Formats: sequence, C-alpha cells, structure tokens
Amino acid sequence: MQPFRYSRPGDSREACAAGAQPGAAFIAGGTDLLPLLKEGARVATGLIDINGLPFADIRHEAAGAWIGALSRMSDAAADNRLRQDYPAIVEALLASASPQVRNLATIGGNLLQRTRCLYFRDTAVPCNKRRPGSGCPAWDGQNRGNAILGGSRSCIATHASDLAVALAALDARVVLQGRHRRRQIPLTEFHRLPGDTPDIETVLEPGELIIAVFVPATACSRHSTYLKLRDRASFEWALTSAAAAVELDGNRIRRAGIAVGGVATKPWRLPQVEAALAGARSEPATFRAAAELAGQEAEPRQRNAFKIELMKRAIIGALTKAGNLP
Amino acid sequence: MKNFIGQPVDRVDGPAKVRGKACYTADVHPPGLAYGVIVAAAIAKGHVVRLDTVAAEAVPGVISVIHHGNAPQLAYAPMEPRSMVDPKVGEALRIFQDDAVLFSGQPIALAVAEEPEQAAQAAALVRVTYAAEAANSDFARASQTARPPRQSAQPWSRPAELRRGDADAAFAAAPRRVDASYEQPAEFHCAIEPHGTIARWDHDHLTLWDKTQWVDHDRTAIAHVFGIPDDYVRVICPFVGGAFGSALRAWPHVAAAAMASLLVNRPVQLVPTRRQLFSAIGYRPQTVQRLRLGAGEDGRLTAVIHEVVAQTSVYEEYTEASIEPSAMLYAAPTLRADYRLAPMNVNTPCPMRAPGIVTGNLAVELAMDELAETCGLDPLKLRLRNYAESDAQKRLPWSSKSLRQCYAVGAERFGWSQRPATASGRRHGRWLIGYGMASALYPAHRAPASAHAELRADGTVAVTSAAGDMGPGTYTAMTQVAADALALPIAAVHFELGDSLLPSAPAHGGSMTMASVGSAVHAACQELRTKAQELDQRVRLPGDDRLAMQRAYAQLLARHRLDRLTAETEAKPGEEAERYSICAFGAVFAEVRIDPDLAELRVARLLGVYAAGRIINPKTARSQCIGGMVGGLGMALTEQGLWDDRLGRLMNASLADYLMPVNADLQSVEALFVPENDRHLGPLGVKGLAEIAVVGVAPAIVNAIYNATGRRIRSLPVTPDKILGLS
Repeated sequence: MQPFRYSRPGDSREACAAGAQPGAAFIAGGTDLLPLLKEGARVATGLIDINGLPFADIRHEAAGAWIGALSRMSDAAADNRLRQDYPAIVEALLASASPQVRNLATIGGNLLQRTRCLYFRDTAVPCNKRRPGSGCPAWDGQNRGNAILGGSRSCIATHASDLAVALAALDARVVLQGRHRRRQIPLTEFHRLPGDTPDIETVLEPGELIIAVFVPATACSRHSTYLKLRDRASFEWALTSAAAAVELDGNRIRRAGIAVGGVATKPWRLPQVEAALAGARSEPATFRAAAELAGQEAEPRQRNAFKIELMKRAIIGALTKAGNLP
Repeated sequence: MKNFIGQPVDRVDGPAKVRGKACYTADVHPPGLAYGVIVAAAIAKGHVVRLDTVAAEAVPGVISVIHHGNAPQLAYAPMEPRSMVDPKVGEALRIFQDDAVLFSGQPIALAVAEEPEQAAQAAALVRVTYAAEAANSDFARASQTARPPRQSAQPWSRPAELRRGDADAAFAAAPRRVDASYEQPAEFHCAIEPHGTIARWDHDHLTLWDKTQWVDHDRTAIAHVFGIPDDYVRVICPFVGGAFGSALRAWPHVAAAAMASLLVNRPVQLVPTRRQLFSAIGYRPQTVQRLRLGAGEDGRLTAVIHEVVAQTSVYEEYTEASIEPSAMLYAAPTLRADYRLAPMNVNTPCPMRAPGIVTGNLAVELAMDELAETCGLDPLKLRLRNYAESDAQKRLPWSSKSLRQCYAVGAERFGWSQRPATASGRRHGRWLIGYGMASALYPAHRAPASAHAELRADGTVAVTSAAGDMGPGTYTAMTQVAADALALPIAAVHFELGDSLLPSAPAHGGSMTMASVGSAVHAACQELRTKAQELDQRVRLPGDDRLAMQRAYAQLLARHRLDRLTAETEAKPGEEAERYSICAFGAVFAEVRIDPDLAELRVARLLGVYAAGRIINPKTARSQCIGGMVGGLGMALTEQGLWDDRLGRLMNASLADYLMPVNADLQSVEALFVPENDRHLGPLGVKGLAEIAVVGVAPAIVNAIYNATGRRIRSLPVTPDKILGLS
C-alpha cells in the first residue's frame, strides 16, 4: 500500500472540495476500497472519511423511501418498511457478501464497488479499467464470470452489485451532491457503459458524493423480488441474478420492472422483456416467452455463453416468485 | 479406572487458542525485527533483464532490496538421501541465485524495511524488465505430450506403473465396460494461517520460527541451503493454523528470510501475501484420468485400466500415489495403471490432504457408479461384489479391514435402501433428490520417532517430541497417551512439541503422527513408570487412582532425593509393512438436492463412516473428519485453480475468487467410527485418521448428482453451468 493522507471533513461542502483533489478517494465502509489499496489495484494519495456526514438515515414518505448513502447494508436490510414495501431491495442486500461485510459496507459504497473481473485485481496483468490502454486479457481469458451484455472490446467486466440490480428494477434514483449543485438521476443512468473508457464507471463528477437513494413506492415495488444464482450458497457474487417487480391486475400483469445482474457491465434493465410482460397473463408461458427476449443482444465469450440460458431461467424464477405463483 | 484413550477429552490447548495465547509463527517478534516483502515474477518463463530498485530504496525505512544481482551464492548442498517430502527428480527452486523465471509468481526480489507497510510499498516500486519466452501453461496441451516420471534410486520413489495380468485383453473381452475420463483441477490448501518465517542469526547459528509440519526436516533442509551443520539451525513451530500438507517442505521463502536476516544482520520476518501464497507453496496438481473398467454380466470386475496425467513444474517432478487406489480398492484380477507427468511453467505441486489417493479414488469411484448402472446393480451391491479380501497388488493380507461394517453402518444410518432406483426419479417440491456413495481408503504409515519423558518432583510429567500439531489435536492425544501410560491425571501431563531441539519426530503428515509419535510417547512413559517402580520395589504404585499415583510419584522422588526422573525412547516400526497391507477404510454417503431449473445444488446430508484403527479421542477425531469432508465438498463443487493459458498466471489467487465451501453450503455433516484395534502398526492400535476423511467425498456427491439429475459430470468442480449441461 502507498502512503496516503487521511482527512475527516465536517460537512459535505468540505468533503466535496477535498474529494475533487487529484488522487483523492472517499472512504465509508472501506470493504472494497481497502483490499484494492492493499493489492495496489487502486492508488489513492488522500482518503476522505465521510462516515461523519449526516447521510445515514432511512426515511419513508408516501412517495417513496430515502435511503441515506451512509446507511449500512445491514441496517437497510433490517428496515421493516423496506422489507414490506420494497422486498427486492432487502433480498438483494441479504444475498450480498457476508453479515460481517454488511455491517460495515454502505449503500452508496455498494453502488460504487469495483468489478470482480479476475484481471482487474491482479496488478501483474493488463487491464483497461485499471490501467487504461493496457489491454483486456479477459476477452480471451478466464472470462466465465464476465459480461455478456454491455461489453466492449476494451472491457467485459461485470458490475458486481446485487443492490443496484434491485434498484434498477424499481426505478430508483440516485441523489448526488457536488461542489456546486445537488442533482438526482435515475440509477440506470448512473453507471456508464465501458466503451473505450472502462476506467470511468459512473457519471459522478470530481468531488461529487452519493448522498441518498430514492425508491418510488409503487404497486410494482411491493411485489418485487431478487433471485441470485451463484457458485456457492453464500459470500459469493452473482453468476447471474434477476430482480423482478410486477403490478398485477387480477391475473394480468399491468406493468413490470425487470433487471439482471452478473451478466452485464452495469445494472441492466430489460425493457423488451417488460414490454412482453405488460398486459399479458401472469403465467409460466408468459414468463418463458418474455425471458426468451432477454438474450437477444447477448455477446458471449468462450467461457460464459451459459449465462444466456441461466439469465433466462433467473428471470423466470424471479417472475414466478414476484407474480405470486405456486 | 477408565482410560483416557478412547474418551472425548477436551483439547488441552483449546483455552490458549480461544484466548489468543497460542503463539503462531507470525506472532513472534524478536527485538530488532525487520520485515521482508516478496516481489513476485509477472511472467511465466524467461529472464529478468533489469531490476530497478532506486524508487524502492528511496522509501523511508527501507533497509535493503535483495535480488539475484546482489544476493550471496548459497551452498545448496544436496540432501542425501532426499527427504520423503521432496520430489526425487529435479532441483528445488534456489532463491535469488540467478535471473531465470520458471513460473509466474516466482519470488525474484525481497524488500526489507523497518515496518511491514514500508516493505510492501518498496516491493511495489521495484521495476522489473523481463525477457519473456513462450511458456508452457496450458494443461490440455501439456497433457498431450505427457511422459513417464524419470526413475530415481532415492528412497520413497514411487512406481510409475502397476501391472497384474493382461488388463487390456481382459477389458477387450469384458461383456460390461466403462471407459471414461475425469478431470480434476488444481486445488489449493488455503490454510487460514498464512505461511511465514522469522529468521534470526546469532553468529553462525540460525533460529527459524517457521510455519512447518516438520521442524526436523526444515532444520536439515535449511542447513543444506546454507552449507552449515544441522545443529547450527533450530526450528520452532509450536502451533500451525492448518496446513494440509502445504508445510511439509522448506519452501523458497524460508531460505529467503534466512538470507535476508544474514544480509541485514537483524531478525527478519517474511509472510507472503495471500495472493503470493498461491505460488510460494505447492498445491494439488491438476489431473486428467482415463479409467476403463471391464466386468462380467454380474458386475464382477475382470479388468481395471487407469491412466493418470498430472501436472508438475519444469524444475521438479512431483508425483503422487494416484494409481494406487485402482490397484487396492477392489478384487480385480487384472490391472494396468500408468502415471504420466505434464511439466509446465508452474510452481511445483505438493501433497495436499490424501495426496494422490483422493485423486485416484475419485476416478475409480466415479467409474464404479457408471459400472453399477451398466450392470443394473445397486452401487453398494457392486462394491460388495468386488470386495477385496486381501491386497491383490502387494499380495498381502490386510492388517485389518472393516470396510464391510462401514458400508453396513453407513447404509443403515443413511437410509441407503431409500435411494431413488432411477436417475431423476424423486422430487421434493422444486428439488430433485439424489443419493450417492463411494468407498475410501488411505494407506497407513509409521516412521521412527522419539520422545522424552520427565517425571518431576510434584509428580507431574513433561513429555516432549519434535512433532507437529496443525490442528488435529496432537497435544491432546499425546497427553492422553502419556496420562494412561503413567496413570496420571490429564492436568499432570505437559506435552511439548514443535522444536527441533526436542527428540526427533517424523513429518506431521501422511496420517502417521499418532502411530509414530504416539508409540514413542507410550514407550517413553512406560519406561519411566518402570524406572519409577524400580526405585523402590517395596512401594506399590496405586495405578488405579490417578491423583494418588501423582502423589506416589512425588513421594518416590522425594524419598530418593531426586528432583526428576527421565526416560527417552525411540520407537521404530517393525516388519509389519512387509507382512501386511495396512490401510484405513471408509464409506461416504451423500444426499443432494438440485433445482433443475435454476441449477441450485445443496448437499443435504454427508455421512462418513470410518474404520481407522483405534480412535484415541472421538471428539477431536470427529472434528478432523468433518473438516476433511468439507474439503471433499469443496473438491466436488467449488474449488479450482484458474490459470490464464497465455499469461501463464493463476488468475483466482485470492480467497474471494478461489471458492471454498462456506457454512451455508453445509447442512448435515456427520462422521462415525467403526470400532477397530489394529495392533500391527503399533501398541496404540491406530491406523491414522487425517487423510482418509477427504477421500471418497467428492465422488459420493458427484454420484448423488447423477442419481438426482441423470447427468454424468466428469469434470470437477460441478458448477451450475455443468448441472444444466451448458458448459
């Protein structure tokens, strides 16, 4: 690890100013940042500890839930209103990491966690995300865990967050505080596709902080679920996951929000699947037909083609549960 | 008076461990300690052209950056004969002696600094220029040109082939046949305690605190590296936080720590990072095994043909006993078994729990399940039909074999009769249910060992031997043995191990500690008791009351004005290995539940029934066995080394990416013991327990997966994509 300065700003104005300095990194739970610093996969000359900032509350309003960016994953997972009105969020949180990690890790940090691509974390090998222009050995390498959606020739790293997938399906918005303004953007527009600049992962400006996530309360959000498939039963990232939120009108689906994880370079919403579900009967045949549309744009590599089929099955599994079918 | 042997005695070192008082290697901080951090090669083959250490040396606190350009040439005197734990062909990696890079991750420099973080920073700033060459890093390609191991006259060399009868002709003529290839990836020990060394020179004498399973070998190996007498080196290792075979050899980083300490003239600590550990030590080699079974219509085996290809490094030939299980497990009249090596630009593999045996057993037991189906027989019936009443390969009787009882107890307890008769024949909600089983064996060994016992004025006894305890409970078991031999309470026995100054002991590996060191402790304590009795024949020692016995010993010593009474004994194996084939046996049963839509798999039940001679301590034995079974579950479902063929680099060298089972992967894991008391291997009646517990688990689970789904998966680990038939 390289030496760094450590500061603890008193308010968000101070934090944003400090965060805009070259080499600065915000630290909250540190569960992802510290291993990266220790491995040299990330170098920071200044750590700005934002744990003292007042963004740890979870507030419920008629319009929706405000989840403070500094609330711990375990606190959000234990919030009864979240569990009742936005079950996909709580299920995604409880499927993440381990209890110990969830006690430290924050909601904002979770959205900013870096990829688990095997090449990103080993500084001895090239990686365009870590060292722009050095190349992408995952393209023809150990890419079983890599993305089949949203990749480019420079990067096929998946986004690792479970929470972000659930939030994407629920039309969540991210509240950002910058040096000069506060803004809200849809979660689906928060992360960027890798394109030629996989090192730039979000639309955050220098010094800008996530201060909260807003999730609108809808009929959909109450009937939502998160299904995660992985190589071991716990403490492992998704091989493939699906969040499904459905609003039912009798046995017809009025509206659906579907997002998938473990398969794409960012939390991936599937509008074509949602369109196929809207207005259709809530039944296995509908789910199967809609899920078939999910794989259309997939571009698998040598070792991850199975994710196309696994993704379809995850979507059907999540819909079956969200649609309250036996 | 009840014997302590056979009782579930609590671990005598338990309180120290849970209170953090047990001093592991990296806990030792001699005054003036400096810290070393390895710089590891980023290429798999070639040369170091330039090592720029300017930036590294400018880091505050840095004392030295050591590499081949400034390192002293060390003696590296050959050990004759080679130790049982070192490969018999090739040369061990010599640390910082030249510019050659033989594998990715090879230590090529060491930054030494006042503080660990300074050393780490300096190591990261060493700029290396390589001349890279095309490496041999693709196992599939390397196995195409696999060749037999070179023969060696060294002791403990392993045969590269086993033959009996004409197996090829018998196979060709067999009415029932199985011909299948099984792939098993490289697996890594991943012990929770990282390897590490603290080296301190006092003039020409070296003290090493080192994570090792064998202090005596560590001492001798490092003495040869530096060309100094054995007794100039002392190795201390009282506690090991898991090793599974990874701490048998004296790895290059041990010599590096000693070299660094010599150069900077201070004690130096070297603990490789978790990523570095995947190449600093060894691992279970990747293998592909083709197995052919020929049988009659009734399932009786007529031929076994077993061809193993295993990876090794380009600088050493590491071989394993993988072809032995096919020769020993069943009563086949003909056999052809061949072991082949695929040398690659990787670090040398090394023993990992049940080395070779677990690998060969896997192939045989997967193939037996296929044969059972081919013959329309219950898998357990097929095994009973081919029960080996003697060791057909060695042409020796078994010293004891209670495998039939293991099958019977296991089948009864598990409910094997409820096994779904056809594949994918039972459902419970969304889950398909499958049962599977497998046999297990592990050859039992014993080696010469010594122990010293000292009766003290207060009637307590101090017993010592240079043995190891990597977790199974050596401290506790030896305490039980000594307490019984001297008729003393547990609290009156103090057992000490893990120091090369103590009476010599063999490797704490190969499941032989109890038979070897246990026999020595037993003999030394018996001799001590006789000596005590001989002090005064008129005194009748109250051997039926332990506290009274302690008082009697104290009175005896006082009366004879002795402050202590000692005995030291070397206990050696006899000719039992020439008269008998001695093995521990076991039967493993597994129930899996699989969601066929989502490829979710849960091992609902795992039951191992073992016949391993006398069980000294059922509590620690159970712990040891369920630990081994969890290792077998990892082998079946999650563990695999992933090399990048072009970079020649292991890409999942971290505990986040190399997946071992977690608690959520375990539901019911149970170990039972069939009563045995095998006196052929020594007075304690034991056969050794450690290795057997990992054997048979993976095939039992994979066979259960077939029973649940009807899908034969011949490549481990069984991941969701394979369950769906998509990879």
